[in-house]
Amino acid sequence: MEKLRNKRTSHEMGMHTEQLAGRTQEIFFSATEEESFTYPHSYDVDFNKRAEFDAREMDTRGINMKIRELMSQGYGTIVVKNPLAKHSLGVGILNRLQLYFEGSLGYFGCGLIDGPNIRIKGRVGWSCAENMMGGTIVIEKNAGSSFGAAMRGGDLVCRGNVGGRTGINMKGGTILIGGKTGAFSGFMMQRGRIVVLGDAGKNLGDSMYDGTIYVGGEIESLGVDAVPGEMTDLEAAWLERKLRMYDMAAPKGVQKLKKIVAGKRLWNYDNLEPTEKKLVL
Amino acid sequence: MCGIAGLIHRGSRGDIGREMTRMLQSLKHRGPDSTGYALYGVPTANELVLRFKVAEQEDMAKGFDIHRKVKERKAEIDRRIAELGGRILKEETATEYAYRYRIAFDGDRRKLADYIEDVEGGEILSLGTALELIKDLGDAKRVSEQYRIQGFQGTHAIGHTRMATESDVDIRSAHPYWAYPFADVSVVHNGQLTNYWGNRRALERKGHRFMSNCDSELIAVYLADKMNEGVQLEEAMRGSIDKLDGVFTYLVATSDSLGMAKDTMAAKPMVLYEGDEFIAMASEEVAIRSVFPTEIDTFDPYDGEVRVWKN
Repeated sequence: MEKLRNKRTSHEMGMHTEQLAGRTQEIFFSATEEESFTYPHSYDVDFNKRAEFDAREMDTRGINMKIRELMSQGYGTIVVKNPLAKHSLGVGILNRLQLYFEGSLGYFGCGLIDGPNIRIKGRVGWSCAENMMGGTIVIEKNAGSSFGAAMRGGDLVCRGNVGGRTGINMKGGTILIGGKTGAFSGFMMQRGRIVVLGDAGKNLGDSMYDGTIYVGGEIESLGVDAVPGEMTDLEAAWLERKLRMYDMAAPKGVQKLKKIVAGKRLWNYDNLEPTEKKLVL
Repeated sequence: MCGIAGLIHRGSRGDIGREMTRMLQSLKHRGPDSTGYALYGVPTANELVLRFKVAEQEDMAKGFDIHRKVKERKAEIDRRIAELGGRILKEETATEYAYRYRIAFDGDRRKLADYIEDVEGGEILSLGTALELIKDLGDAKRVSEQYRIQGFQGTHAIGHTRMATESDVDIRSAHPYWAYPFADVSVVHNGQLTNYWGNRRALERKGHRFMSNCDSELIAVYLADKMNEGVQLEEAMRGSIDKLDGVFTYLVATSDSLGMAKDTMAAKPMVLYEGDEFIAMASEEVAIRSVFPTEIDTFDPYDGEVRVWKN
């Protein structure tokens, strides 16, 4: 019943505007269902158990192994000091975890994660959160290009400006940007939401299949097949709530955000989940 | 892939040799084939710094005769400098095939350059009042030690770590490129130009010379051509965004300026730090962090963006 209630609520909130027929695009977790939160071999961690280490003299592999080692010891809150823009930090974490980076990350930071809540005090380089599946990432400064590329779920937040190709090939989840985003943002986007409170560069949403983009500032130009959409009250409520979660606000109110959607039905693929396919076949 | 880096001290000088070496060494993974520096020291009135080579590094392992040839080529270059009215004030041997001269010369620099490069194996790496261009095979640590770069005092610099994709692994194809025949103009580039040959032929018809088949050299020659027509550096760079096709980010330096330009797709990376006293930029932030270990604000320039800073 709880599952159904969750699902109905989310539908009422307008979270399924990009839903394809016969397909549920978002998985609804319930705190009471343990299996929803854990992967096989994941670590049982305690958020009150805190550890920190200095990464200044460590290489990428060493830092990532150290995070795993601490998780295996039950540490649920880990602080990494002096990451110094090293590449591929915090990747592949399929676990509950509060992870703090006190500094900037290089390329491919926090990719392929599912579950952790990550806070980054500095900037992130290209391809942050690539293929992110769940959890939250909040970046206090700016981000490079291909931010949230092929992202599948979770919340990815940047309080500053972001480079080009944000959310390229995005397949789910939410990207929130406090500043502006570069050219070709939402390129070939298939699902999910990108919210940009500042300006957007040229060719926004080029060749997007599905999903929704909201922009608070000026849009330099729309890409092929990207068209303006109409904001609904339910969407506005969702945006309000989502932005509030991260202490963000649309400068002129969420109703003034420009909504961009796909103008054509560009997708032509089997839209059944594997489990649904079994039933059909 | 290649890595590029640049730095400029605003209104002051610093150990740009050490700073650029750190930046380039941290970009080694982007290109281990060769490393190059364009360092801008303090100009000396009525003097030129000439850096040139008379053989490739790999030539030195080919036969017993090469050492004799190197001596003969160098002697011929010395003779030609004197013939054109130049005077060698100081001579330093950078490697057994590369040299650094301070010369007194007030004649036609283009004629001097052409005459020197007419000597077999002769190639001018740089010619200018402030610019010193150094490039060789290997990573930044190796090139820095080989050419004793640490401790070089100057105002600004650009550098490059190369992963060879479209031309040979040799000094000739290494960056930076001197914008012949303009003294003190140099270029480093990360990317590929897809309309290289058409542009090259057009520039060759105008009398410009190319020393390599590397597409990056085109940017240097293109900018030199525009500046020769009286176009200002920033305007020439803006024009290059439309004229040059492909994916690229490049840095250009003159005796008192440093500029960067990105293509219209912003397909090649660049991270910038702009401080009151120091500006640094690189393909990856890790290079900036190698000279700024403390927390600073950095950002990516956008598509089609051109920026120029003065010392």
